[in-house]
Amino acid sequence: MKLSYKWLSKYLELDLEPKDLAEKIERTAVEVDSVTRLDYKLKKIVVGHTLEVTEHPDSDHLHICQVDVGEEEPIQIVCGAPNIAADQDVIVALHGSRIKDNVKIKRSKMRGVPSNGMICALQEIGYPDNVVPKDYADGIYVFPADSHVKPGDSVMEALGMDDDVIDTSVTPNRGDMFSMNGNAHEIAAILDQKANFEVLKVQDEQKSADTLADQIKVEIDEQDVAPVYKLMAIENVKIAPSPFWLQTTLMKAGIRPINNVVDVTNYIMLKYGQPLHAYDLDQLKGQTISVAPAGENVKFTTLDDEKRDLRPEDLVITADGTPIAMAGVMGGMATEVSDQTQNIVIEAAIFDPIKIRKTARYHNLHSEAAMRFERGIDYSSLDDALNEAASLVADFSQGKVMSGVVVGNDTKLNPESITIALARINKILGTSLTSEEVVAIFDRLGFSTELDATKQTFKVTVPVRRWDIHIEADLLEEVARIFGYDNLPVTLPTGDPTIGQLTTEQKLMRASRTVMEGLGLTQAMSYGLTTIAKSQQFVKGDHELVKVDWPMTKDREALRMNLISGLLDDIAYNKARSVENVALYEQGRVFYGNGQAQPEEIEHIAGAITGSMQAKSWNEKEKPVTFFDVKGIVEQYLKNVAVAGEVSYVADHDRQGMHPGRTADVLLDGDVIGFIGQIHPTTAEEFKIKETYVFELNLTKIIHAEKKLQHYDVISKYPAITRDIAILVNKEVSNTEVLNVINETKQKNLIKVELFDVYEGKNLEKGMKSLAYQFTYQDTNDTLQEDAINDEFSKVIKNLEEKLNVTVR
Amino acid sequence: MSLQEKLKELEEKGLQEISVANELSKLNEVRVNFLGKKGPITEVLRGMRDLSKEERPKVGEFANKVRDNLTSKLEERKEELAQAALNKKLAEEAVDVTLPGTPMKQGQPHVIQQIIDNLEDLFLGMGYQVVEGPEVELDRYNFEMLNLPKDHPARDMQDTFYITDEVLMRSQTSPVQARTMEKHDFSKGPLKMISPGVVYRRDTDDATHSHQFHQIEGLVIDKNITMGDLKGTLVTLAKELFGDRFEVRLRPSYFPFTEPSVEADVTCFNCMGKGCSVCKSTGWIEVLGAGMVHPNVLKMAGVDTDVYGGFAFGLGPDRFAMLRYGVDDIRNFYLNDVRFLSQFNKRG
Repeated sequence: MKLSYKWLSKYLELDLEPKDLAEKIERTAVEVDSVTRLDYKLKKIVVGHTLEVTEHPDSDHLHICQVDVGEEEPIQIVCGAPNIAADQDVIVALHGSRIKDNVKIKRSKMRGVPSNGMICALQEIGYPDNVVPKDYADGIYVFPADSHVKPGDSVMEALGMDDDVIDTSVTPNRGDMFSMNGNAHEIAAILDQKANFEVLKVQDEQKSADTLADQIKVEIDEQDVAPVYKLMAIENVKIAPSPFWLQTTLMKAGIRPINNVVDVTNYIMLKYGQPLHAYDLDQLKGQTISVAPAGENVKFTTLDDEKRDLRPEDLVITADGTPIAMAGVMGGMATEVSDQTQNIVIEAAIFDPIKIRKTARYHNLHSEAAMRFERGIDYSSLDDALNEAASLVADFSQGKVMSGVVVGNDTKLNPESITIALARINKILGTSLTSEEVVAIFDRLGFSTELDATKQTFKVTVPVRRWDIHIEADLLEEVARIFGYDNLPVTLPTGDPTIGQLTTEQKLMRASRTVMEGLGLTQAMSYGLTTIAKSQQFVKGDHELVKVDWPMTKDREALRMNLISGLLDDIAYNKARSVENVALYEQGRVFYGNGQAQPEEIEHIAGAITGSMQAKSWNEKEKPVTFFDVKGIVEQYLKNVAVAGEVSYVADHDRQGMHPGRTADVLLDGDVIGFIGQIHPTTAEEFKIKETYVFELNLTKIIHAEKKLQHYDVISKYPAITRDIAILVNKEVSNTEVLNVINETKQKNLIKVELFDVYEGKNLEKGMKSLAYQFTYQDTNDTLQEDAINDEFSKVIKNLEEKLNVTVR
Repeated sequence: MSLQEKLKELEEKGLQEISVANELSKLNEVRVNFLGKKGPITEVLRGMRDLSKEERPKVGEFANKVRDNLTSKLEERKEELAQAALNKKLAEEAVDVTLPGTPMKQGQPHVIQQIIDNLEDLFLGMGYQVVEGPEVELDRYNFEMLNLPKDHPARDMQDTFYITDEVLMRSQTSPVQARTMEKHDFSKGPLKMISPGVVYRRDTDDATHSHQFHQIEGLVIDKNITMGDLKGTLVTLAKELFGDRFEVRLRPSYFPFTEPSVEADVTCFNCMGKGCSVCKSTGWIEVLGAGMVHPNVLKMAGVDTDVYGGFAFGLGPDRFAMLRYGVDDIRNFYLNDVRFLSQFNKRG
């Protein structure tokens, strides 16, 4: 809410800088968005009186004006505004002045005619478009007669711009801070002052003999929709602009002046926080007013001339069953106060906040009124607000207030009493306040207290205007903030010690990330929501897709079932920006629907690499990534996390999205825990990426898999002996098959078998390949004898020849 | 010419040749020429047969001296030549040390992960546990148990992705706290936890909004927890994130799950409190929300509010990273441009 410092000064003795006041408000009550000085950097802008206005000879829209600016001689200004005329009081930016955005105005010639300044619109001195009165929206501003300005007067003073506006951001619980009165109460508590409140009542001479109840009835069936509903009326009004002071007040608060009725309702809303609505009484005469849900298929034209389809539950005000307003949100065209209106009726009500909120939200009508109804209204000041409104309207429009208030509902709220112990306050806040100090705080807030001296408890009575306070914790907050958060001690929790330790799962997840980074992959974080197609890509098995109910876009419709598609999006993003070498990994969850309310959430770890593993440099060639790089990463990773079971890689020819000849499932003791391979060229094309290799592992399975214990193997001090063998074998025979035969052969001293060459092609029979292995033999207790090794080695060769039909080369 | 004179002459000649030999092969030639079996010294010694018994040992001794001298000079010279050859080789091997080193492949943790790890470590050190929970949550834990019944206005503050009426993408990590509180056995000691993780909200992605971001929330429940303890914890947290030079300011705020509720600001690190565009001239930057746990929240989790109470706090690593590193677009965190990710490579 925009708080005028000058307006606040009517309630309180403010002897501190506005920014210091704002700081106090911020530290004690609600957030402050900004503190603005309205005349910030404005200079040499004065009231001018147009003495003579003539057409510019060389222009079809410019005027030459002789303007009295309070100096000895009038000055000549060329002005292009359509509404310029003689005998107006206008805003003049003199030579050397500064207007909005620090723009400097200088003497100049306009189409050959000297101009000694500029006649300004309100927008040109800093007012936003949406507060400028409609009459002056497209032209210069003209001061009304009741502004009593004289040529040469400071415009900033005349318009009340020599003021600071503190713009607060009110939290949902502090609806009371949406009124000047509420702010005055709050600031009085902050500054430990008593605020002066002024309430205007309808005077006897303002009253007419006519009774409103004769003309209109209110019947509300459902009490809850409008706990309070009251009407007052003013007859024989003359609709006109409201007084100058009221217009400038509203503009400072960010509200556009309309006329002497609407402006009063807005003014009262600012002052009391009570939204009011004014209807043309003649449209409603003899009818019964009610408040009820709209019901089915109701169309309604609001006063912004929008025809709206109401939801059945939207609350409407009806007259003999016909909607005349969307309750608390916006009035209707048909009963709007117009220039011709003669009699008006003012509605002061309290509506169900939840219903108002939902209506405002659904129709996107977050009006000032709706905003206040949503957060609550002060039951205790509604009557004053309505009365003051009637009095002001009568005053400004020369009307008479009809006698009687027509009441549809009048629920009363009683102040709540809450008991709280001094010990409790100090225990929770960590303070050592005395009961006198606590009483003083409640006193500042205007809460009365009864101290039970023996029990050291307070019975605190909270006025109705603070409807956010119901429980002990609410009072604790009041004490804490008035005492000052700055004054709270700075301590750390004591009490029984606890051990801060990551769980085994968390440790493994952290370790997984560290390993991946060590292997050259950078961590990515991609979106969990994706397209249906991408969610299901690369996934084998029958998993149920989980979708959000009301997706914002097709791109974010489904929960991911794999991490790779997100990583491929990342690679595509990089490629589109000419980053060709990308090596990313991601650790995160995938979601499998399982018929339960919540899907299964499984931790995965995945990687995607494209381009070169080794960046090209002056001394190194590029090293384009291959299947075996990705496999190497997975092998190293599984070694590091020390899964105890047997890891194997089985060719997978039919995983959708993957290269049928370059994809393998990763198995742990026969159970698939993930896969590695190349993205299918067609899929890569769809993603607009180049050759890319990926892996994705089920981290949850790895976390729960049995792990090897860390242990020490004695390092033999005896020499190792190696034997090399190259075998010619059918191309279809896999390395694993060869290794299986080698490992099946009992060999006491064999400690390692390493494949060191694979060859196909020239000089070899078609359909055959050559594999070369190095065998390493070592004994921990003795130097090995050649003979023993030769025996073991020849056994292997024999088995290979028999079982795989190999030829030793 | 006596034998000794001959030997003397040979020695001088030999020494002369050694000193001018500038290659190992030349030196070897000198050795063979002078000391070899067919060399002149051997030749001279053959003439000893003609000498008297008395003279023979003297000449012999002299001859040995000459041979030893030549041998040692040969060795010395050989050493010199070897050293010179090595020096030459080393000189040839010299590199331009200003050429760049070979690029090593090293991945980086994501900047958000770095912040999360950093805070996890801080709180682990203070005896907190790190607790994770489901990203697809029940309305009950995400809202209701946090004192946000259906129709609560604060639900509008965070527009949520629903999957069904009762199931949603969690809009905060606080449901993890509700779940943990509900399960915790307070007879076994206090509950001190943080819950980091991904959250989702129905926001259109732009420079400052993301439908996916991260949160870290903390919760402490024990018998004698004060608001001073909360303040101390927030000060510790802010100092860890920003450094010791920064001040912390608490302001009243509103969250349905805490009462009193506060927001914590730290001195703007861009202007150190003087006021700038980063802090919108306030000198302060809002970094987290916190408060004393609302009694309704405790009651709904089955905690006895007469005995136990505590505090909760939450912050957004994304927002923090944006502020701290001047990241101008939140989408950078989820688009994974390698040029972005690799900038955050400072360790330790």
